[in-house]
Amino acid sequence: MTNSRRTSASPGVVVEHLDCGPLTMDELAAHIARDIPAGAFVNLGIGLPTKVADHLPRTAGVILHTENGMLGMGPAARGEAIDPDLTNAGKVPVTELPGAAYFHQADSFAMMRGGHLDVCVLGAYQVSEHGDLANWHTGEPGAIPAVGGAMDLAIGAKDVYVMMSLFTRAGEPKLVPSCAYPLTGVGCVSRIYTDHAVIEVGSAGARIIETWGLCASALAERLGVNLTCG
Amino acid sequence: MSRARLLETCDEAVAGVEDGATVLVGGFGMAGMPFDLIDALIRQGAKDLTVVSNNAGNGDVGLAALLAAGRVRKVLCSFPRQADSYVFDALYRAGRIELEVVPQGNLAERMRAAGAGIGAFFCPTAVGTQLAEGKEEREIGGRRYVLEYPIKGDYALISGHTADAVGNLVYRKTARNFGPVMATAATTTIVQVSDVVPVGTLDPEAVVTPSIYVDRIVQVKARHYTVQGAR
Repeated sequence: MTNSRRTSASPGVVVEHLDCGPLTMDELAAHIARDIPAGAFVNLGIGLPTKVADHLPRTAGVILHTENGMLGMGPAARGEAIDPDLTNAGKVPVTELPGAAYFHQADSFAMMRGGHLDVCVLGAYQVSEHGDLANWHTGEPGAIPAVGGAMDLAIGAKDVYVMMSLFTRAGEPKLVPSCAYPLTGVGCVSRIYTDHAVIEVGSAGARIIETWGLCASALAERLGVNLTCG
Repeated sequence: MSRARLLETCDEAVAGVEDGATVLVGGFGMAGMPFDLIDALIRQGAKDLTVVSNNAGNGDVGLAALLAAGRVRKVLCSFPRQADSYVFDALYRAGRIELEVVPQGNLAERMRAAGAGIGAFFCPTAVGTQLAEGKEEREIGGRRYVLEYPIKGDYALISGHTADAVGNLVYRKTARNFGPVMATAATTTIVQVSDVVPVGTLDPEAVVTPSIYVDRIVQVKARHYTVQGAR
């Protein structure tokens, strides 16, 4: 990257948690759950983001949307509560909460595109500093592409949060100047929640707002993106 | 005049499906999959079909069985690859089936457009991605949109929960999924239901698919499966 604007953290601006290691994915899910506004309509993407549901207190009044056609989705169904006619978008049997509503697919996606959904939380392969999202296709030869509702969610929800580890197993940053994988949406992500940091992304570039286990300046050293702190 | 007909068997219900037809198949994974109509379609023998469905089959039943029987030339779907999509995966890797991946909301809205007589529509989904390549784009009110065309079916095979004798339908929970949209988007809509009730029994305020969209109804005992390996 040229024009790097890496700066050191300013005390009191970035919240740095240096007395602990990076967050576990359950701790990260709990952190995301705390940031979801009370009463919000929220879609949790399949895979990792479904963990967030386990940390949403009933008292928050958050209403979960599942794109296969339901508002008011409850926890995963167990034992006799399993009903094959009632699943989430990952096709896992779930339950319904009082006040739930069912609707068909065109309505379900109208809720997204129409700007009615407050937050969605998606997984990602990569996110760019400007908020581009890559999460549907590795582009590798022989890979079978499958997009589901990811592209609709990415451009539809008012706020798109990404939940992911900040680095691949090989140690490569997933927050990148420009996505190498095929895009899901352009400039659609507002914030990434990772094990090492919460980082806002968008047209103004990336901005670290909270870290775990590393200070912001050390993290900025490991990331090859334009990054402001605080 | 095309009032819905209540038929005795699934074989009667799928009679006449031509080789090369475009068939909309309801269901999201196993929920709402019209298993019995698909089994009848396999017996009926139509081939070279284009299938429009959210997925490309799960396990060995329903749409996966139709694919395994070699009757499908092309699948339009949003999410073919799943833990138990091995039938499709093998056909695709062997080059024996075409795939067009469509974002799930576009799949639904393109069928809705077909059913509602809309010629095409501008949609913000997929702007700037591979799935919008080669499509007409327009900026409207400062936002970019992609032109999307309707998907019309020759036939829709869907699963409802209850029909009345004139063809009004209600569904059950998330098994509703694509049923109501597909019912509007096909020349001939064929529905399997668990229950048929007398006219006047369904609450008119609660009818989801009005009878005008329904052509053939057959009552079958509901079969249920769950997707293996779902997470």
